[in-house]
Amino acid sequence: MQHLLSTAELSRADAIDILDTAAQMAATQEREIKKLPTLRGRTVVNLFFEDSTRTRISFETAAKRLSADVINFSAKGSSASKGESLKDTALTLNAMGADAVVVRSAASGAAHQLAHSGWLTGSSFYGSDHPGVAILNAGDGTHQHPTQALLDAYTMRRHLVGPDALGQGLDGLKVAIVGDVLHSRVARSNVWLLKTLGADVTLVAPPTLLPVGAETWPAKLSYDLDATLAAKPDAVMMLRVQRERMGGGSSAFLPSAQEYTRLYGLDRKRLEVLPKHGIVLHPGPMNRGLEISAEAADSPQSVIVEQVANGVAVRMAALYLLLAGKE
Amino acid sequence: MENIDINQAISLMAAEILAATPQVNDIVILGIPKRGVPLASRLAASLHAKAPGFNPGEAIGQLDITMYRDDLNRQPTRAVGKTETPKIDGKTVILVDDVLASGRTVRAALDALYDLGRPAVVRLAVLVDREVRELPIAADFVAIALPTPDNQRVSVRLVETDGSDDIIISPAAQATSG
Repeated sequence: MQHLLSTAELSRADAIDILDTAAQMAATQEREIKKLPTLRGRTVVNLFFEDSTRTRISFETAAKRLSADVINFSAKGSSASKGESLKDTALTLNAMGADAVVVRSAASGAAHQLAHSGWLTGSSFYGSDHPGVAILNAGDGTHQHPTQALLDAYTMRRHLVGPDALGQGLDGLKVAIVGDVLHSRVARSNVWLLKTLGADVTLVAPPTLLPVGAETWPAKLSYDLDATLAAKPDAVMMLRVQRERMGGGSSAFLPSAQEYTRLYGLDRKRLEVLPKHGIVLHPGPMNRGLEISAEAADSPQSVIVEQVANGVAVRMAALYLLLAGKE
Repeated sequence: MENIDINQAISLMAAEILAATPQVNDIVILGIPKRGVPLASRLAASLHAKAPGFNPGEAIGQLDITMYRDDLNRQPTRAVGKTETPKIDGKTVILVDDVLASGRTVRAALDALYDLGRPAVVRLAVLVDREVRELPIAADFVAIALPTPDNQRVSVRLVETDGSDDIIISPAAQATSG
């Protein structure tokens, strides 16, 4: 693995390798001293053109726990707000000797562009045998968010397969992904990763929030949450629904928030339909009372807070696997 | 190598450890993966046989050193192994590995150990000491002294990991990194 751009191009062996490494990383995070010397002397740049709190902090924490130096570069307060192009920003980071760039952008394909443009070949100061800069996609438009899908898969494996399930996938598990699939890179990343790991995925959304072409994805489609829950999924992942997609006007995808909540919200009654071992995931930030009720979000079956902790372990694993060895 | 009984060598080493450590309750045995782990179990069993006061169940663990190595960026990415130890604060920790050569593994193990706690004493027990020194690190307990030049490779095979007990000396393509 040289970059982590999309879950569609991850092999099953690579995906399981990341999950297994994350399990060891998670164990180190229960120690009193959480810092490891592994990436000492390496530089990780967080290049965020789009607002993000948890993903940026999670990557920053992961890099620091592995002793890498972290440079945070957000579009606000940088030359990007003065109109500097992605290319010139990349050339600058390259000259500064970055070993990895974590990129978040509103433009689908930004991470792929950085990885394959030849702008980030490693600084000439470091000699010609520099392996080039590793790119980690932290969310690009409505395309992909691979580390989120990996942390979701890690959380599912821990709860549904076993805490020591090293080497195993998610074979035969039933997963429902509910909500705004149209705008969700989390859903796209999950569909392909879960398929690779052997799970059986159903996407549940109103027809207006399913993208054209979703019928070609490796997932079942459903417009009816109650019918999907009646089939007893092992995990239910609720996606965030943005309020600006609601209500009247030609740009709306939904008639009203109330109708969405009634048809697609996870409330106590729907939670009771889940099997006892079933878990509830949400990538955050949540709209309590819209796609998920407070009772569902705070129930013992909810693993939403644990997802955040697992995110650090999974990102440590990705950074370790991309940066520690000789390519 | 013919005529080497690994279990007997471990048994002699266990006797040496007991002679040097009056408080058996303070002993914690930590194996360094991969082959240090089964060796640590055998050593613990042997200690228990000689000193029933030593309870292996509470005093054995494994210490993965992958993330502390000094050669990570010279090798293809290595898989990170499991670290699982009992409490080591104030204990006499005995690190166990199969082959001691350069001492780099032990250097990494000491760093890994001190991130987990603060032992009172740390000792090093190895099955084979090649007596090659690159760092000021020496073993306290050696089962088999086997001085070998740099251009040879010493590999230990164990029933638990390789199907049989054996020590193999072969010409090395590159020096071993024990």
